[in-house]
Amino acid sequence: MTPFIANTDSDRKLMLDALGLGSVAELFAAIPEKYRFPDLKLPAALSEPEIFQELSAAASRNADAGGYALFAGAGAYNHFVPSVVDALSSRGEFFTAYTPYQPEASQGTLQALFEYQSMAADLFGMDIVNASHYDGASALAEALLMAWNAASRQRSKVVLSSGLHPEYRAVIETYTRNLGITLCTPGPGTSAGAKTETETETKMETETLESLIDAETACVAVQFPSFFGNLEDYSRLCETAHRNGALFIVSADPLSLALFEPPGSYGADIVTGEGQPLGNYLSFGGPCLGMFAATKSLVRKMPGRLAGEAMDGQGRRGYVLTLSTREQHIRREKAVSNICTNQGLAALRAAIYLAVMGKNGLKKVADITYRRARYAAGKLGKLPGFSVLNTAPFFREFVLRCPLDTWEIMNRCAKLKIVPGVPLSRWFPERTQDILVCVTEMNSRSQIDSLVSVFETFCGEAASEK
Amino acid sequence: MKNEPQTGRGAFPAFSGKEPGKELGKELWQESPEAGVWDYSVPGREGVALPDVDVPGCELPPGIPQRKELPLPEISELDAVRHFTRLSRLNYSIDTHFYPLGSCTMKYNPRISEKIAALPGFSLAHPLLPEFLCQGSLEIMELLQNFLAEISGFQAISLQPAAGAHGELCGVMMIRAYHQKNGDSRRLRMLIPDSAHGTNPASVAMCGFQAVQVPSDSRGNIDIQALKSLCDDTLAGLMLTNPNTLGLFEERLTEAVEAVHNAGGLVYGDGANLNALLGVFRPGDAGIDVMHFNLHKTFGTPHGGGGPGAGPVGAGRKLAPFLPGPRVLREGTVLRLAMPENSIGRVKAFYGNFSVLVKACTFIAMLGAKGLRAVSENAVLNANYLKKLIERGYSIPYNRTCMHEFVASGHLSDTIHALDVAKRLIDYGCHPPTIYFPLIVKEALMIEPTESESRKTLEAFADAMLAIAEEARHNPDIVKTAPHGTPVGRLDEVSAARNPVLKHSNEKAP
Repeated sequence: MTPFIANTDSDRKLMLDALGLGSVAELFAAIPEKYRFPDLKLPAALSEPEIFQELSAAASRNADAGGYALFAGAGAYNHFVPSVVDALSSRGEFFTAYTPYQPEASQGTLQALFEYQSMAADLFGMDIVNASHYDGASALAEALLMAWNAASRQRSKVVLSSGLHPEYRAVIETYTRNLGITLCTPGPGTSAGAKTETETETKMETETLESLIDAETACVAVQFPSFFGNLEDYSRLCETAHRNGALFIVSADPLSLALFEPPGSYGADIVTGEGQPLGNYLSFGGPCLGMFAATKSLVRKMPGRLAGEAMDGQGRRGYVLTLSTREQHIRREKAVSNICTNQGLAALRAAIYLAVMGKNGLKKVADITYRRARYAAGKLGKLPGFSVLNTAPFFREFVLRCPLDTWEIMNRCAKLKIVPGVPLSRWFPERTQDILVCVTEMNSRSQIDSLVSVFETFCGEAASEK
Repeated sequence: MKNEPQTGRGAFPAFSGKEPGKELGKELWQESPEAGVWDYSVPGREGVALPDVDVPGCELPPGIPQRKELPLPEISELDAVRHFTRLSRLNYSIDTHFYPLGSCTMKYNPRISEKIAALPGFSLAHPLLPEFLCQGSLEIMELLQNFLAEISGFQAISLQPAAGAHGELCGVMMIRAYHQKNGDSRRLRMLIPDSAHGTNPASVAMCGFQAVQVPSDSRGNIDIQALKSLCDDTLAGLMLTNPNTLGLFEERLTEAVEAVHNAGGLVYGDGANLNALLGVFRPGDAGIDVMHFNLHKTFGTPHGGGGPGAGPVGAGRKLAPFLPGPRVLREGTVLRLAMPENSIGRVKAFYGNFSVLVKACTFIAMLGAKGLRAVSENAVLNANYLKKLIERGYSIPYNRTCMHEFVASGHLSDTIHALDVAKRLIDYGCHPPTIYFPLIVKEALMIEPTESESRKTLEAFADAMLAIAEEARHNPDIVKTAPHGTPVGRLDEVSAARNPVLKHSNEKAP
């Protein structure tokens, strides 16, 4: 009947006989009769070629980065995925296994997780990275809860930078709503990034953040680079947080840390991040990879699974899931979080990516990304009527103010198979002329040049309209 | 004798007479079986051909400290292939072994689902594309929302949560938001049966609720008298796993739901065990108010060595406006993303684990209504047949007709425990069941065969189980010291937790 069920009618007959039953339906007698065997109204079953055709047709109705020039980022990045990442992570021995509850039968997964933890910890400059969370947003929300718990829930205030991704901010609001935690952010002007347009004003945000930190503050959370692309030196802010007994949390883009000093180097206590750029596809936003790091002294407060070394009776080294007394299956309501699974396969992909890119490759990807983004911003910002709002340094994203409504630009570019960025009005309705443009190593110089010439035609039109 | 590896009798031919995991080290690869990725590293090796910088040079910004050291390995592409291929072969997986891990529904993962999810139209689609450029993705999401609503009897579905525990957290948050909206701020007590997953009480704590445990009765049902005595005006709701973690359909379900509703509470259904109920029972019909799905269990998407899963939430009339978002809505011929009216908000960036959604959608579309019912019927038949075979050697504490799984006791003697049985099963070429859960059975072995497995596989597994019970009587040492055929023996987890080594030390590398 279906290739996913092994038994035939004669198997079923034999099995029912052994059970002394006349029909399969008899197995369901415990279900109240009025609810039993509802008639599901679903479309007729499709064969393998039919489903492939049908869903391929749906896939073709998306503007994917294969067919379009993509300059959209804002938390999901179109970086190159080496073939070897696909080849190795698609081995059934990896992806059809589950959580390594039985270490002797799961050394492959466990060692790969240990290697992911180790390489990610080196990248973040931190003592410990766990086996991953759902995504960068939920990892940051869990980091805030961890800081709140680390202060024995006695400090109820959390200071948030206005440079956090607005969807990360939204997740934090959902996670903290019922726990009596107060979120403090600099005023509405800065939350839209409007005041982070110049370097002095960027420094002002740091100052404003500093002024919000007090003895009630459990932690301070910032993003590197900020949602608007800005790079900032957070060492002073980190010191201020520590002076007030608060923890310092950075949501960091892992790739940018190939070029810039990692948060661990200036004393961050918890570092989270979105690991999708490390060998994971865009996939319409999921699965992602929530990276989660902490200092050694905080490890027993850390949510999420941890792979660690262990020895067997003959002195052979192996790996196990460890420190599980933090977790829900042991501690139930006293656990540090309800998190159960991680994003094992995404972490495996990141491990393979980091290993195969290595010291030089990762730096090279980050370097090309940085230079091409600068190149694009230089050209686009010089067009009449356009300006780049970031005057602080940026990594791969920048805010471009346009002479036209950004949705008009999106519509016209779509006809030319270009997605020129993400309109900021998506989150900040008043910012109708600002677009967040992202450039990676996947955007060739000629692709950037075509974007510039398309935008050039817009400035002509905008001028003639006036 | 003791140092000689002793493999099982070969119930599973793939491993009979061999020492799994060791063959590679002996025959092919001279590197230590303990080799880490760093052991391949040689300064100057590169693993990927990358484009050159083709834009005019620019300096790194002066005010931002530059990276001094990046201690990542330097390996070739072949090094990576050798290393990670070797690691993969140390795993037991559905593709290589029977994997009856109770409560996890380790069924076959169809390859067509993988192929479709990998189409560039899906894998290279950016989540922040304008809606008119991602109608294909939104179509899949709408389709799956409709499929799940029909299968479960709920009014609306949100695909946003990334995993079962994540969906469960959403469900509890929704109950909290509902009571708050009604000004019922005193309703803070959430009832949880003693057989529940640990995530239930942990989710409750994260929502500022108080977890109150309800005992089970002698048939493995929720103790209905105890439940009723806890239903008052401080009741927020009840979290009910059905079938419960003993693999039993909750016989007092209707009564329990009624009691909670009459007291003004809401019922959360833990959908972990939905694989028993497809086309058999719809939780929404029986008055469950909210439930999460585990797409990676029920709809055959891979478990990925521990994720990514997907944990959509479904809700009935009362709680649908509180679902997390955004959800996909149809406006004529156009699909849009929108937040439900009283939404608890977002629980992750973007819209859920999209590629997992594609795979689940594929699975459901290929099976249809009849096929889905066949899935549950075969899963339940397999579990009952296997229970029948195994009860000859193991005690089954709540022994009545089970659903998709059952719980046996692994307590074979004063010296042979569930852990020993599990480890010995590895020698027989089989992944062990879930052990020591649920907590209400002494030394639980929780066994879930799924519909994917054939009668022959079940019989081979039962033979292995019975052989181990026999060994426990006549040769207990071989069980006590198992596994023997794995690359490492039992690992010292106590020392590992006392002095945790959670990161490779670069100093150790040569």
